[in-house]
Amino acid sequence: MQVALTINGQARQLELDTRTSLLDALREHLHLTGTKKGCDHGQCGACTVLLNGRRINACLTLAVMHDGEDVRTIEGVGTPDELHPLQAAFIARDGFQCGYCTPGQICSAVGMLDEVRAGWPSHVTGDVASSHVELTDEEIRERMSGNLCRCCAYPNIVAAIRDVAAEARP
Amino acid sequence: MKPFTYERATDTRGAIRAARRSGARYISGGTNLLDLMKLEVERPNHLVDISRLPLRSIEPHGDGGLRIGSQLSNSELAADGQVRARYPLLAQALLSGASGQLRNKASVGGNLLQRTRCPYFYYDGPAGCNKREPGSGCSAIDGFNRGHAILGASDACIATNPSDMAVALSALAAEIEVLGTDERLRRIAIDDFHRLPGDTPHIETALEPGELITAVLLPPPIDGRQLYRKVRDRASYEFALVSVGVVVSVVGGRIRAARVAFGGVAHKPWRSYEAEHSLVDRPATLRTFQEAADAAMANAVGRGDNDFKIELAKRTLCRTLVDAVAMEGRA
Repeated sequence: MQVALTINGQARQLELDTRTSLLDALREHLHLTGTKKGCDHGQCGACTVLLNGRRINACLTLAVMHDGEDVRTIEGVGTPDELHPLQAAFIARDGFQCGYCTPGQICSAVGMLDEVRAGWPSHVTGDVASSHVELTDEEIRERMSGNLCRCCAYPNIVAAIRDVAAEARP
Repeated sequence: MKPFTYERATDTRGAIRAARRSGARYISGGTNLLDLMKLEVERPNHLVDISRLPLRSIEPHGDGGLRIGSQLSNSELAADGQVRARYPLLAQALLSGASGQLRNKASVGGNLLQRTRCPYFYYDGPAGCNKREPGSGCSAIDGFNRGHAILGASDACIATNPSDMAVALSALAAEIEVLGTDERLRRIAIDDFHRLPGDTPHIETALEPGELITAVLLPPPIDGRQLYRKVRDRASYEFALVSVGVVVSVVGGRIRAARVAFGGVAHKPWRSYEAEHSLVDRPATLRTFQEAADAAMANAVGRGDNDFKIELAKRTLCRTLVDAVAMEGRA
């Protein structure tokens, strides 16, 4: 099937088998290999991308379902010459060891910080009716629980996200 | 994954017409269906994409209730101001399930239809599973059954329903609005929507073939404090061993009204009318809560690995009621 996607701001046309996941379309057809395949079952978060601005698991959706939609991958978040603040913070805080989960962690954190700005509550928010979210370390850990890191860089991942959230605060 | 054809529906009538094809299935978020298609537990030959149907709004319903479109995402529903203010139990239950990424993709209608996480259904191909292959037996009954049902199970299946959202909907007495292949809308009470396994565990809901979930209808909430508590092996991103949703109202130290539903204990969200009956018009004390917990679990049966769930469910109910009544006292 013909599928038109906007990937990191660029219009792309693809001819795909209906079975192609969005993840495989990115990696195997568009050769954007920054997005990683870990479990391929929505359990690890390595394939996290931003679909129409919201973070999702690219492994658990079909590319054909997203005809005409907007996808942002780690390649569109920042470049080696122009790092996104979260990328810079992950380096400064040593928020990884092997690095395989990192693109997913960073895309997830981009989406997560937007959710916080929109006032979305989480499982650890004391009062779900409150429109103010205090982004404590407990909140960061809960909101990032869909991204596993088998090297267990979690304390430094939380620190990197905390730094960026603090800078962004008015 | 088996090959399939794909089409996107643009209106609900077109969707139900498209789904008449043999082997057709609706797909919305896809977070459960695609997972099972990769494992070839699900093998549709035609997918009807309903994710762009105009069923994404939250509107007033009846006298003070809400009508929630079935294609809203789990996170959009949990973030809605009216839901958070008036149905906090529903927001809490949604936020206790899955991860941020999955909640952004999974739809409200799809949440109601998610399949069990029994490992013999999901992963263990050669082992029998009456849900995956009717008549092949239940491997969980004498197998690894730590996560399995303690209420309402049968000799054919002891699987549990994995939804948190459905537990909240049960305590809130929601109805499910569905569009039939005859193009007529009907409503199904949440407690009638999911079935007990009986001898047909592969038939999980009251939906007829081709019926489309269009909305979840919430009546106005009853007075009282709403609270959801989920107990699981990890602090986050894990299915419940046991969960409890309560609505409890206390006047002058006595319980005026109570709603109780359990998750993780049965093939469906388990509304406990026994616990509710035991609570009403009694003093709001731990002793009352313990008696209600005993009433709720009077018919519970353990299968070995999951024996602990009976006591865990009782204690989880008591703790949830203690916390809810304390919140009510502060209000």
